[in-house]
Amino acid sequence: MTSTSLLQPRFKQLKTLRALAIGLAIGFTAPAFADNLPEVQRLIKQGQYPQAMEKVDAYLSSRPKDAQGRFLKGLIFTEMNKPADAIAVFTKLSEDYPELPEPYNNLAVLYAQQKQYDKARTALEMAIRTHPSYAIAYENLGDVYAKLASQAYDKALQLDNSNSATQNKLALIRDLITTSGKGNVKPQQAPVAAAPAPAAQPAPAPAAAAKPATPTTATVVASTAGAAATPPAPAAAPAAASTAPTKAAASPNGSEEVTKAINAWADAWSRKDMKAYLGAYASDFDTPKGMSRKAWEQEREQRIAGKGGKISVSIDSPQIAINGDKATAKFRQHYKSSGLSGSTTKTLVLVRSGSKWLIKEEIAR
Amino acid sequence: MRIKLRYLMLALAATVTAGAVAKLSDKPGDPKHTGNTPASGSSLARNAADALGATSPFATVVSDAGPEETLARIFAEIEANRLGNALQLTEALLHQHPNYRLANLIKGDLLLARAQPIQTFGALSDAPADKVADLRAEALVRLKAYREKPPVDFVPRYLLQMEQGQRHAIVVDTKRSRLYLYENDRKNGGRPRFVADYYVTQGKLGAEKQVEGDKKTPIGVYHVTANLPKQKLADLYGSGAFPLNYPNEWDKRQGRGGSGIWLHGTPSDTFARPPRASDGCVVLTNQDLDVVARNLQVGMTPVIISDSVEWLSLDDWNRERDELNKTIDGWRADWESRDTDRYLKHYSKRFKSGDQNFDEFATQKKHVNAGKEWIKVKVNNLSVFRNPGKEEVVVVTFDQDYRSNNLDNQMKKRQYWLREDGKWKIIYEGSA
Repeated sequence: MTSTSLLQPRFKQLKTLRALAIGLAIGFTAPAFADNLPEVQRLIKQGQYPQAMEKVDAYLSSRPKDAQGRFLKGLIFTEMNKPADAIAVFTKLSEDYPELPEPYNNLAVLYAQQKQYDKARTALEMAIRTHPSYAIAYENLGDVYAKLASQAYDKALQLDNSNSATQNKLALIRDLITTSGKGNVKPQQAPVAAAPAPAAQPAPAPAAAAKPATPTTATVVASTAGAAATPPAPAAAPAAASTAPTKAAASPNGSEEVTKAINAWADAWSRKDMKAYLGAYASDFDTPKGMSRKAWEQEREQRIAGKGGKISVSIDSPQIAINGDKATAKFRQHYKSSGLSGSTTKTLVLVRSGSKWLIKEEIAR
Repeated sequence: MRIKLRYLMLALAATVTAGAVAKLSDKPGDPKHTGNTPASGSSLARNAADALGATSPFATVVSDAGPEETLARIFAEIEANRLGNALQLTEALLHQHPNYRLANLIKGDLLLARAQPIQTFGALSDAPADKVADLRAEALVRLKAYREKPPVDFVPRYLLQMEQGQRHAIVVDTKRSRLYLYENDRKNGGRPRFVADYYVTQGKLGAEKQVEGDKKTPIGVYHVTANLPKQKLADLYGSGAFPLNYPNEWDKRQGRGGSGIWLHGTPSDTFARPPRASDGCVVLTNQDLDVVARNLQVGMTPVIISDSVEWLSLDDWNRERDELNKTIDGWRADWESRDTDRYLKHYSKRFKSGDQNFDEFATQKKHVNAGKEWIKVKVNNLSVFRNPGKEEVVVVTFDQDYRSNNLDNQMKKRQYWLREDGKWKIIYEGSA
């Protein structure tokens, strides 16, 4: 069945990582007792779950309410293949901190693993209700909707997908373990205040400004690129293919060229010009969670060229820092397709290659 | 959103064929209107406008709790691009009927539309086309039925006269995939009163059964001959089954074959079957069969299956009924008169009964009547049903009380009357 086989790789490769990345992000937002939590995270990365659990339990014994400690505990349960325990932790966490989208998101991942897509959907919708600009939840929700659709089709048309569904679940667990061993999640200390050009767009909740009370939003999470490559959340106007609202020359020394490269990239994306789009990436582009370049290109192809209807991608004036042959550009990206729309904060790391600037890293909130 | 466009087309398709009934009620003068005339522009527009908010004049008596109303609302929400509401309604419907395939398909579409743009009804790529077509067909006939309740003050032409004991009658329209339940309103002179209508499944290859195994549903006047309880049935038959007396006398005379045409329920793995799916049986959902079953009298309740029900205004219906009642009474009186030639004028030259043709029958009647000093014939519990189909045939059933100077006889008799050159003639008679 096309739709399911289309979905599976996304489930396998993205879901778990997205969940994990969030966990790490939260970790860095706890200035007070941060010294203990990085140790827990290190142990998780090394796959030493019992030890990680011991540490986190010790940490929590003195502050049982602590959100990030409990979040990590939920992650460890997930890693240890104890979904019931993990669900219990995340559920309680979401009750105590209903404004945090992450526990909902991870609950959804766990429910999706158990094929409880209705529950996954509810959890993700909660995540989005708390954070309308929460791109990861949107993308997960897209997957869950597709999965639910597939289930409904099975019932409508009496299709038998039971076998492939089982494989899907197994692959998910294996991937979860591999991912955790990889240090491809780069936290950034960059406080958001200094980040994107104050996006003058009416999007409901720019990630940064949304909920000042929530510690998580105060940190820009450097999840791997692509994780939110199809960002959602209502955007303003269909800026269409004429995507060049960015005023160049915000700073001298070549930032104009960088801006041009970014605009060309967004423009190719809007036009679904895959050749130009993929050509905007450096040959050693850091593909999300270490996918092969080919697999990544296929995924992008599927998500961009394979999408019916128009796509429009536009960006607000990027903040560009250039250091020799390396440039870091940070901007608000407005994405709109017939299915989804939204704005996200994005960071591109570009490298100079001859006369061109090519994307080396793509980081989305 | 592309989903909108196609779903709109689906709804429009339903509206186009809808015009017929609207027109029929506009122009009650034409009883032969069978609903094939294309709708005029204005009635089309009005139908489109009324499509959903329209409250049927029957609304107060409609007792069917089918999914049509919810489906109509779902499609309206989709057309208005309120997909969230549509999904909510669909999920509510599925809560009620978890294995309703059509609702599951719509749910699939609505969810898929959130994940990616979708092109059509049943948007899953690689969806089996035949199954999607079946569900689409079901959606269409259900929407149509919801929008086009039988016209007020019109009755199916077939139900000319029910006998006192027949509390209800069933009329099936195969073209519309619909079963109409009528009550014998004895307080109003036996006028048929609409009770409810239900979605039905018919034979895979449609109506007008001719031979065994042709997977078609017969057209004609039948009655249920038994009530088979669920416990004695395979799952396929659902909550119950009522065999029909197919082939009846007329069918046999026309050389029609086959058997085992039943009215029955739906297997447990689905809420409803596609419009064309049975081997010739008329299939209801289990909940509908249960309601209909309460009104079925074995050996009594007429089940008239038509490929396209004709509706008569009450005036026309009265006229037709009076004409036939007079004709039948003329036959009875002429029999009593012992004027055998006058009596035989009521019979067609093509008359047949058992092995007797008209000449043999005439010879015998002349012989018998010669020995009579007096004859008294009473016709009790008369029912008159028009046979659907091209020829003008009515099925007349009654209890005959025959008395004469040398012989008394009571029997239940059935006659088929055919209109030949404008005159009603008996073409078959026998005991029923």
